[in-house]
Amino acid sequence: MDLSVHGVSPATREFGCEQNLLSRPDGSASFIQGNTSVLAGVYGPAEVKVSKEIYDRATLEVVMQPKIGLPGVRERAREQCVRETCEAALLSTLHPRSSLTLILQEVHDDGSLLACCLNAACMALMDAGLPMSCLFCGITCVIDTDGQIITDPTLQQEKESRALMTFAIDSTDKRVLMSSTKGSISIQELQEAIALSQKASHRIFEFYRGSVSRRYSKTLK
Amino acid sequence: MVKRYAATCTHVGNQNIMAEGFKTADPLEYHKSFLKENCRPDGRELDEFRTTTLNIGPISTAEGSALVKIGNTTVMCGIKAELAVPPSDTPDKGYIVPNVDMPPLCASKVRSGPPEEQAQAASQFIADIIETSEIIRKEDLCIEKEKLCWVLYCDIMCLDYDGNLLDTCIVALLAALKNTQLPKVTINKETDLPEVDLLKKCSISVNRHPVGSSFAVFDNTITIVDPTADEESLATAVMTLVIDEEGRLCSLHKPGGTALSGEKLQDCMGRAVTRHREISKLVDKILESIKK
Repeated sequence: MDLSVHGVSPATREFGCEQNLLSRPDGSASFIQGNTSVLAGVYGPAEVKVSKEIYDRATLEVVMQPKIGLPGVRERAREQCVRETCEAALLSTLHPRSSLTLILQEVHDDGSLLACCLNAACMALMDAGLPMSCLFCGITCVIDTDGQIITDPTLQQEKESRALMTFAIDSTDKRVLMSSTKGSISIQELQEAIALSQKASHRIFEFYRGSVSRRYSKTLK
Repeated sequence: MVKRYAATCTHVGNQNIMAEGFKTADPLEYHKSFLKENCRPDGRELDEFRTTTLNIGPISTAEGSALVKIGNTTVMCGIKAELAVPPSDTPDKGYIVPNVDMPPLCASKVRSGPPEEQAQAASQFIADIIETSEIIRKEDLCIEKEKLCWVLYCDIMCLDYDGNLLDTCIVALLAALKNTQLPKVTINKETDLPEVDLLKKCSISVNRHPVGSSFAVFDNTITIVDPTADEESLATAVMTLVIDEEGRLCSLHKPGGTALSGEKLQDCMGRAVTRHREISKLVDKILESIKK
């Protein structure tokens, strides 16, 4: 598959999503980008531990499980990114003194894992029916050795790149909610990458819409 | 006359109590009323950092060390070096192992037990900065290919937490690495064992100089630099920009929160560039003074 960015819409891999596939959580979703796959489950609003209680909003906890082994420092850093992005989108003031738990299970990592986690998280929160002010999506871009920006890279492309950036973009103003970068980048490259991610986000939000409408057209029949 | 003086005194006293009460009752509104007037509760301008103080080399037992204070936030960084066998996949490189620790001593919100998310996220952030900026070339840590290399343990400990942990950690790390001196090591050809010459010490070459600048966003409109712990907890988003001496971005770390527009980001970049100059000047000045 050719993933280079030349056309109007930046290339992304095939998306796939299934909501409500688990019976125990209040909301669940699996999100697939090419070969990268993440499973998400949401519990809540439920009772909160007194030590974690916040008097004017819900406490969100994000747990990230790697495919192999125990979660480490890298997972903690990712959890923080996902949690704070979700907190920005969720209207948690509507559920004060309660707990929300989001569990993300990595099924397979073939690049753009953090972006896929964000997408799975958003679909799972939607499935749980939690009130949100906007939707969000995650997009990873890499800059390869020739200075080309590639969106939604595979693991191979990530390894060969000289810089990697992941952004979370909101659905209303298409602005950057979260940013996590690795590798040395010039300001111009950063702005190009943001612009490209904003373009690519249209496609993801369209996919969200299509996937949800397909699901509900099935249940209505 | 005396009476009037007393009267003003109680008046001022009452106002202080009122202000304290206001802060406790509605901290967000309290901060906003300052921000509206383009200043902050501690008297700073919106784009003003707190006073940064630097002490290089306070720990004599470590290979390199630094103590940094930005306002009340205090961070100590110590570098310990050990010898090891290089990793098999990159036999010509050494290791750098950073760790950020936030003991219960540093803030009341930190409980004893396993490290908090913030400390772990900071460790990962520092590891990414080291990797990205190539602050030290890992090749420089190799003593003999496939046989011997240095492992630098960069232990960063927060002694007092009052916001802006990441900036303080980066300054501490940079200053400690600049202060690090490693003994000369040779491998004895006959016994194949390393021989350490503690008398001959040389400093390691610091390749790049990353400096961080943190910002807090209030209501998507007001950005303030170098937030205190109070400001961090009330802000809708926090962001850390790390740039090197060439003005290239090593990291744009914004773990979530409300969105930030392109122009605001541009302003923040400008501030980060001036901050880089300030910190480089400070580090050079202190290094110069300890040489004397």
